[in-house]
Amino acid sequence: MSFLYLVEHDRGRIDETTLGGITGARILAESLGAELHAVVIGAGAASAAGGLDAYGAEQVHLVSHPLLTDYGPDAWGESLFQLAGSVGAGAVIATGTDRGNEVMAQVGARADLAMVANCLEIEPDGDDWLMTRVRWGGSLHERARLSAPVKLVTLAPHSTEAAATGQPAAGTVAEFTPELGESDTVTMVVDRVTVSEGITLATAPVVVSGGRGVGSAEAFDIIEELAGLLGGAVGCSRVVTNNGWKNHKFQVGQTGTVVAPDLYVACGISGAIQHWVGMMNAKNVLAINIDRDAPMVTKADWAVIADLHQVVPAISAEITRRRTLAAESG
Amino acid sequence: MRILVCVKRVPAPGAKIVLTPDAQDIDASLLGFAISPHEECAVEEAVRIVEREGGSVTVLTLGPPEAEEQLRAAVAVGATSMVLLPSDIPDWDPVSTSAALVSAIARLEEEQGEPFGLVMFGNESADSGGFQVGIRAARSLGRPMVTGIKGIDAEGDSIAARRETPSGWELYRLPLPAVVGVKEGINLPRYPTLKGRMAARRAPVETMEPVAGSSGQSKVMLMTPPDAGSAVEILGEGPEAVPAIVDIMESLGLV
Ligand SMILES: Cc1cc2nc3c(=O)[nH]c(=O)nc-3n(C[C@H](O)[C@H](O)[C@H](O)COP(=O)(O)OP(=O)(O)OC[C@H]3O[C@@H](n4cnc5c(N)ncnc54)[C@H](O)[C@@H]3O)c2cc1C
Ligand SMILES: Nc1ncnc2c1ncn2[C@@H]1O[C@H](COP(=O)(O)O)[C@@H](O)[C@H]1O
Repeated sequence: MSFLYLVEHDRGRIDETTLGGITGARILAESLGAELHAVVIGAGAASAAGGLDAYGAEQVHLVSHPLLTDYGPDAWGESLFQLAGSVGAGAVIATGTDRGNEVMAQVGARADLAMVANCLEIEPDGDDWLMTRVRWGGSLHERARLSAPVKLVTLAPHSTEAAATGQPAAGTVAEFTPELGESDTVTMVVDRVTVSEGITLATAPVVVSGGRGVGSAEAFDIIEELAGLLGGAVGCSRVVTNNGWKNHKFQVGQTGTVVAPDLYVACGISGAIQHWVGMMNAKNVLAINIDRDAPMVTKADWAVIADLHQVVPAISAEITRRRTLAAESG
Repeated sequence: MRILVCVKRVPAPGAKIVLTPDAQDIDASLLGFAISPHEECAVEEAVRIVEREGGSVTVLTLGPPEAEEQLRAAVAVGATSMVLLPSDIPDWDPVSTSAALVSAIARLEEEQGEPFGLVMFGNESADSGGFQVGIRAARSLGRPMVTGIKGIDAEGDSIAARRETPSGWELYRLPLPAVVGVKEGINLPRYPTLKGRMAARRAPVETMEPVAGSSGQSKVMLMTPPDAGSAVEILGEGPEAVPAIVDIMESLGLV
């Protein structure tokens, strides 16, 4: 029996979650005695497929069609659905990214089968699968049962670390041409706009974040100054976004951006669970809060129990003082 | 444009999620409830489109009778009518949820003699996060659907929709009638006015009986993930803590 893993790529460039995802899929396939096959769809597929055998893909299915010029949920979903039928796949797996979840839901809708999103662990139970999956953006886990002739799942992003097998699989390549029509291309990407930003919130090494305690849009100046001095990005809580003090693109959390910096400085943020899941992977957390019992304080590595309007500017001043000293003596 | 928005009632937990003793649900006895955030933005977007172009916004939910509260909240910020599919079954799986919503949508469209130009969903529900109800519904309705949408421009008989990517935006163009899944950040939802709230209190709720199905996916139990458990070090209670803070930043190579 074979399991299919959908390789996510954008015009040939594989997504950063793919190698971890294919590793997770391979471990699952091995534990159930199945062969893992990788699926690469559309324009740029051949270049995205290189090297996947090193991660345990016994076969790579290159899916091509003149209409598969770019990404589109229907075109990709229909292609994957047809391929799964043609190889008689026992399971179809993707990583739970925007595209991964979207394409797998399209497959589920076509097959009229359940699709279980963002799984952390999967184990067989007879013909069923028992899985632990992510709810509430990660603040809650669900034990779920899946009984279906073909299992459709996505794996939570970054739940398995990428690991090459050391021994590349046989790695045969098979071409597949689905039957597609114009109706499958209605939802294709028609254009792109590239926006290049300096430091992005998602990848910044330091995030200085402000919550309701900051008090106003103007008072965010002190947060921005400190973030600038540390070469980091500014973040905020949903209260700040809802009050219109900051644009939503700065919001950290379940319905905002997920960050994993070396240092997260939480200024006047209480640490509600939906905020916490957005920054819980930060290596170090410093909380500045007037409330000793705020969850952000009790869960942080370091905390200062004080008014952020006094402490934050004083930190900036101290950094500047030390840098000036170092420059003078150096 | 005639728009329909599917919204879900979800609890609003604070610092910690507490489960019921049977681990089947969140203990919501002390919690407030809200419209799941992505859908709150979908309602706002629908209201804005209709303010520009004319039309109507219908909100639809499948949930306990109390979900009427969330429907009224949507009417308070500009939705025109509301439909409740009341059910005491707490966790509908995505396949059955989609089937129930689709049969209600089909009935409303039949009664009104024309399809909704746009049916809107959230990208994912905040509590169960299945990432699929809207996609399944669109497939059943035979309409194009794109998720993750953070920008919509109505352009006559089609819409232009934008999805954010790490490097910018992807653009889609969908002929109407269409379906979209919206993400928080597409707009900043307004607060209800007093007048809106009064109107919402008086507005009628249409109810339809949903039919439960089943799909192969079932919940066994809920679990709270293990706490990382850190022992916080309090550096001080005022600006006197600043040297210690900057020492830490220095040790992390940031100063
Ligand atoms: C489904 C759902 C999804 C959500 N998604 C998100 C999300 O993505 N991101 C998010 O952030 N939230 C999200 N929320 C909201 C979340 O539940 C909280 O409401 C929000 O995070 C609280 O923001 P806050 O900490 O800024 O405000 P509060 O909870 O009001 O906390 C303010 C804190 O500031 C402190 N403070 C006040 N004055 C000062 C001062 N002068 N100096 C220092 N400290 C001070 C207070 O002690 C307090 O701890 C979501 C909620 C729901 C229901
Ligand atoms: N019970 C419900 N009532 C109305 N709409 C729902 C319900 N459940 C899910 N939806 C809609 O479907 C979207 C996706 O849900 P999900 O597949 O659970 O992530 C949500 O954002 C809602 O717009």
